Amino acid sequence: MKLTLKIWRQKNAKAEGKIVEYPLDGIEGDMSFLEMLDVLNEGLINKGEEPVSFDHDCREGICGTCSLFINGEAHGPDRGIPTCQLHMRMFKDGDVIFIEPFRAKAFPVIKDLVVDRSSFDRIQHAGGFISVNTSGNPVDANTIPIPKHDADRAFDAATCIGCGACVATCKNSSAMLFVAAKVSQFALLPQGKVEATERVLNMVNQMDAEGFGNCTNTGACEVECPKGISLENIARMNREYLSASLQG
Amino acid sequence: MALDSKIPSGPISDKWTNYKDHINLVNPANKRNIDIIVVGTGLAGGSAAATLAELGYNVKTFCFQDSPRRAHSIAAQGGINAAKNYQGDGDSTFRLFYDTIKGGDYRSREANVHRLAEVSTNIIDQCVMQGVPLAREYGGLLDNRSFGGTLVARTFYAKGQTGQQLLLGAYSAMNRQIGRGKIKSHTRHEMLDLVLVDGKARGIIARDLVTGEIERHSAHAVVIASGGYGNVFFLSTYAMGSNATAAWKIHKKGAFFANPCYTQIHPTCIPVSGDHQSKLTLMSESLRNDGRIWVPAKLEDAKAIREGKKKPADLSESERDYYLERRYPSFGNLVPRDVASRAAKERCDAGFGVNKTGEAVYLDFAAAIQRYGKEQAYIKGLDANDAKLIIKLGAAVVANKYGNLFQMYEKIVDEDPYTTPMMIYPAVHYTMGGTWVDYNLQTTIPGCFSIGESNFSDHGANRLGASALMQGLADGYFVLPYTIGDYLAPDIKTGTISTDLPEFVEAEKKVKDQIDKFINNNGTHSVDYFHKKLGKIMWDKVGMARNAKGLTEAIEEIATLRSAFHKDVKVPGTADSFNQELEKAGRVADFLELGELFAKDALHRNESCGGHFREEYQSEEGEAQRDDENFAYVAAWEYKGKPSDAVLHKEPLVFENIKLVTRSYK
Repeated sequence: MKLTLKIWRQKNAKAEGKIVEYPLDGIEGDMSFLEMLDVLNEGLINKGEEPVSFDHDCREGICGTCSLFINGEAHGPDRGIPTCQLHMRMFKDGDVIFIEPFRAKAFPVIKDLVVDRSSFDRIQHAGGFISVNTSGNPVDANTIPIPKHDADRAFDAATCIGCGACVATCKNSSAMLFVAAKVSQFALLPQGKVEATERVLNMVNQMDAEGFGNCTNTGACEVECPKGISLENIARMNREYLSASLQG
Repeated sequence: MALDSKIPSGPISDKWTNYKDHINLVNPANKRNIDIIVVGTGLAGGSAAATLAELGYNVKTFCFQDSPRRAHSIAAQGGINAAKNYQGDGDSTFRLFYDTIKGGDYRSREANVHRLAEVSTNIIDQCVMQGVPLAREYGGLLDNRSFGGTLVARTFYAKGQTGQQLLLGAYSAMNRQIGRGKIKSHTRHEMLDLVLVDGKARGIIARDLVTGEIERHSAHAVVIASGGYGNVFFLSTYAMGSNATAAWKIHKKGAFFANPCYTQIHPTCIPVSGDHQSKLTLMSESLRNDGRIWVPAKLEDAKAIREGKKKPADLSESERDYYLERRYPSFGNLVPRDVASRAAKERCDAGFGVNKTGEAVYLDFAAAIQRYGKEQAYIKGLDANDAKLIIKLGAAVVANKYGNLFQMYEKIVDEDPYTTPMMIYPAVHYTMGGTWVDYNLQTTIPGCFSIGESNFSDHGANRLGASALMQGLADGYFVLPYTIGDYLAPDIKTGTISTDLPEFVEAEKKVKDQIDKFINNNGTHSVDYFHKKLGKIMWDKVGMARNAKGLTEAIEEIATLRSAFHKDVKVPGTADSFNQELEKAGRVADFLELGELFAKDALHRNESCGGHFREEYQSEEGEAQRDDENFAYVAAWEYKGKPSDAVLHKEPLVFENIKLVTRSYK
């Protein structure tokens, strides 16, 4: 198929960016979206131009490195997958495709389509853990029985890949779904309850310090989340936060 | 130089305990005077960094990804082994030890593997304490599944995302230490050389991938945890960024490289669909618990399927060849990976392949859906003769077990694996070879350690499923934190290592020169152009089946390709900015050297063992033929300027606890 790509190009964090148009031919439906960009870049390199920088790594939907705002949607038109699993069969001959970086104040552009998501890491540094040291003598794993239902819900929350689609999608650039996923995972497990109070307060404070917006319950994050992280987690985090605030 | 593996004396089951009791320790107050660099933040590097920081050392971590959470350990799907014997099915430390040695085709070091089996149970305890949500039964206790090459169910899992959950556990442990200021995390950084001072590893040269700045970092010890080198094949299940650069740079500085030819080709991956392909996707081995592998029994049916004239469902049971169940009745579809991969290749080479290119076999869940469906109907008191209901109930059970894998398959292939069998084919997945290390996980360079997939130590010539996660975390949480203390004990008075030493200046200059050379090369072809060519040579001549003629040709072709690369590669952009092509150029330059050593190692090993299959050395039934008399050793290569000049050192493998026999899964 023949496509017209309109891609955000920006030399570095300080430079001004703009949309640049690239015609592209010979794309097949079985290609992934990122393989389509590989074809574009190979052509640019051969012509002596600088290829388009974009983040990607595992290309199997689990590392959370790839991003891209495609035709106004985080990770493009398909549901339940990040960009690396998006295939060109979702598009048709003659399509015009706009490709932009994930945009948020807390995700500054590094170059072209690559953004800095280290704000997510800093939120995790503030409390995304259970304080247990490594030792060869912890209690046997089966001495803490956990109801399957709770373990499964904790797992569902823990499958967040930290890609930032929730932030890019949210009109407020809120990171509530991302933070809530981690708070929920630990809140649902007995091991996590011990420091639940400090955790939720510290993570929410850091989230605010990073410049993420507030949640106004539009639910767009849940729709665009490639891993289907549920809004329930935000509700659970709000309860945890309220109870922590009353205690604290 | 004679290789000293430093294996402690005494009975195998006491070695590690006795050894730990007698090694040198560093006083807690002195640990804060010691700096350790960890390169790579996957399961091995992440768990090591967290534990070393907990102990009190100053840790600096480096990863090329934008966050430690993105290391490729995250993609491991199926599970992690541990000899817990929660199922009461006869598992024990010895059995895990035995299975791993046998699975590795008797080419690994007994003492290391036994230690791995011993600490395996600690890993599960540790991860549960950290809040890793492993799968549970309704009683609230942990669940297990079974993996290839074993007769027990010892694999712990978190649906198809076990690697993700374990890595996020290690990442959370790291985050706690980053928050406390004990780990300084350098993301989007790539190690480009090791710095030796007085023969000891004392630091690294790294490039800040955002600004392009070349940085010097010093430490009292350097830990390499940079993963495997499977991307030498271009197409593999590795992440696009996975590379051998850190491991190769230490090799060039004196660390021996062991058994490079031991590469795992995983039997269940999604087949290649075209020339544009950039990577291959694995379908977890856990699927072989319920999926049955087959090809048509008759050539004409295979042809009809390839041409689209027949569908898999058109063939009756008797028209199908469940070749693994036929050849290996006792292990069936759960034979080890090397055996399953070769069997698939054998059928496809014989003309029974089922996709357009003839390089695919079926992995079929119809029988499992029926079995589970009937079971559910019985439990729920529903009509067991209602065919539609049975399929619905059975599919729900399968979805619960493997849902995310089925979804992934459907997104990539555009077919529904609940209603038509999956198509799969082997792909490069893991490298058992790697930096040579002694019992302490120290390389032949004092102060330079190598852990996880980047070392060679535990899996011999073939790794069993669910053992990579086990080894990464064993090394990082439970082995290195002890053994590195023994090395560092005399270093408590050394003080900070200055980065102004001439050794740092010199190493930095070399790195800068190489980068400038790439940028100013004015070549005509992209990095990928050369990488794809290298991958083709490797897959065709150094892949699943090898022979002396092909290997000899490969060695020459790779050397020629390497000189063409340096003359003609085109790297756009500048050195002092974010430049992904420049990153790739450095990595491919290293693969072009490693690939040649890989082929050289494969050519020298005149036997077939595990993942290394030499066509000249096979039984009449096509099984691998080992030569224990001449090849029961670790091949450790010393760098001498060019891969072709590498010098072989042998570490004899002594088996005191397990008898060497021909591996059989029949």
